[in-house]
Amino acid sequence: MIARFSDVVVVYDNFPALAGASFEISSGEIVLLQGPNGAGKTTLLRACAGLLPIARGTATVLGCDLGVDRFSVRAKVGLLGHANGLFQDLTVEENISFWSRLIGASDHDVETAMKIMGLSARLCATRVANLSAGQRRRCALATLIVRRAQLWLLDEPHAGLDSQGRDELDKTLRAAREAGATVVFASHETDRAASLATRRLTVVGGVVSES
Amino acid sequence: MRRTTDNKVTRGKVASAVLLKDVRVELRSRVVTNQVLPFAGLVMVMFAFALDNDDVLQRVAGGLVWLATLFSLFFIVQRSFAIDTQDGALDSLRVAGVDLSAVFFGKAIALAIKLIALDVVLVCGAVLLYRVDLSASGLVLLVTCVLCATVGLAFVGTLYGGLTAGARGRETLLPLLLLPVVAPVLIAATRATEAAFGSGGAQTSEGWAWVGLLAVFAAAFGIGGSLAFGSLIDE
Repeated sequence: MIARFSDVVVVYDNFPALAGASFEISSGEIVLLQGPNGAGKTTLLRACAGLLPIARGTATVLGCDLGVDRFSVRAKVGLLGHANGLFQDLTVEENISFWSRLIGASDHDVETAMKIMGLSARLCATRVANLSAGQRRRCALATLIVRRAQLWLLDEPHAGLDSQGRDELDKTLRAAREAGATVVFASHETDRAASLATRRLTVVGGVVSES
Repeated sequence: MRRTTDNKVTRGKVASAVLLKDVRVELRSRVVTNQVLPFAGLVMVMFAFALDNDDVLQRVAGGLVWLATLFSLFFIVQRSFAIDTQDGALDSLRVAGVDLSAVFFGKAIALAIKLIALDVVLVCGAVLLYRVDLSASGLVLLVTCVLCATVGLAFVGTLYGGLTAGARGRETLLPLLLLPVVAPVLIAATRATEAAFGSGGAQTSEGWAWVGLLAVFAAAFGIGGSLAFGSLIDE
């Protein structure tokens, strides 16, 4: 089991953004979070990443009890919001290598990450500032691979991508799943996301239900 | 990809990765060399125009060097954190559970390197523009003073840069918060530099007590900054 939430309440700005959320996520799943704006999808992703304190209930992610210690889980998950977390003046390879040095990964891990994300040698030598939105997204996902993130938490990963970029993203997420990652992503692109996901969860008013 | 190794990454390795990244970004973008250095040079020239008196300039040369350094510090600190916040990279470091005290030291050392390069140019500018004399013992004092003052400024700059990185109006907030804190550095570095230059008949030996104060300041903010930086960024 990758994650288990039981009656979890997360309070954000004095508002219960998650109001008794209960769900489980198994290894190797690609889980789609759907729901209207302000429903609590982003809060759920951030709570899974250990960024928000649990006010009530029990939450376990990758063996870490978030009620007791929400910091240890951070090294095991990769959270990608609307920003990509990349350094614009560095090349793709330099960005990925930076993360590899931070966690003590090898050059081989960097090459593997670039291969899984389909980043060519020419692309790897290109500065991030000169990449398209889709290419930046793939570079950001490669940093999650090199960080050995076991759970990928993606907030609107298709946002800002054109049709080709979205196809590439879907392909790379499937490749990441084959490489062993579990993916949870929030999306408003219902049709496209549904075809990518192996399971759907609906979030409404801070309550999570199976779709 | 599953975790196959359990490599222990030391604080030093994280700090050196951050340091190399910051230096590499600067070498590529050349913001400090192409924008901050000319700005600092212009400040020195403007002071010369404004005071327009060799005797006065020689007497206040030390203070002018450190005022120009302080003004430039704001730009360098803001640039240093802009590259991290531009696309959410600082947030990614926080989310990833990276040792933020190591990030603090990496960024502070990179900042110190840039400040030292800046001060070398400013001191040379002062010698040429304000016609100050520099003896061998004065040079030793000046080099030590520059090292201690820039390291102290780098620690404070990194701490407050991190504090204001995500804040609205950070461009004006940073100088507002930073100026009162670095006032002791401005005073001590100015006195030590005046002693090194021999301004107003000051002896070189008089400067070492001020250098000691600068070293204490640097140590205090190095320790305090490494302890507080993580919490400030996390909140």
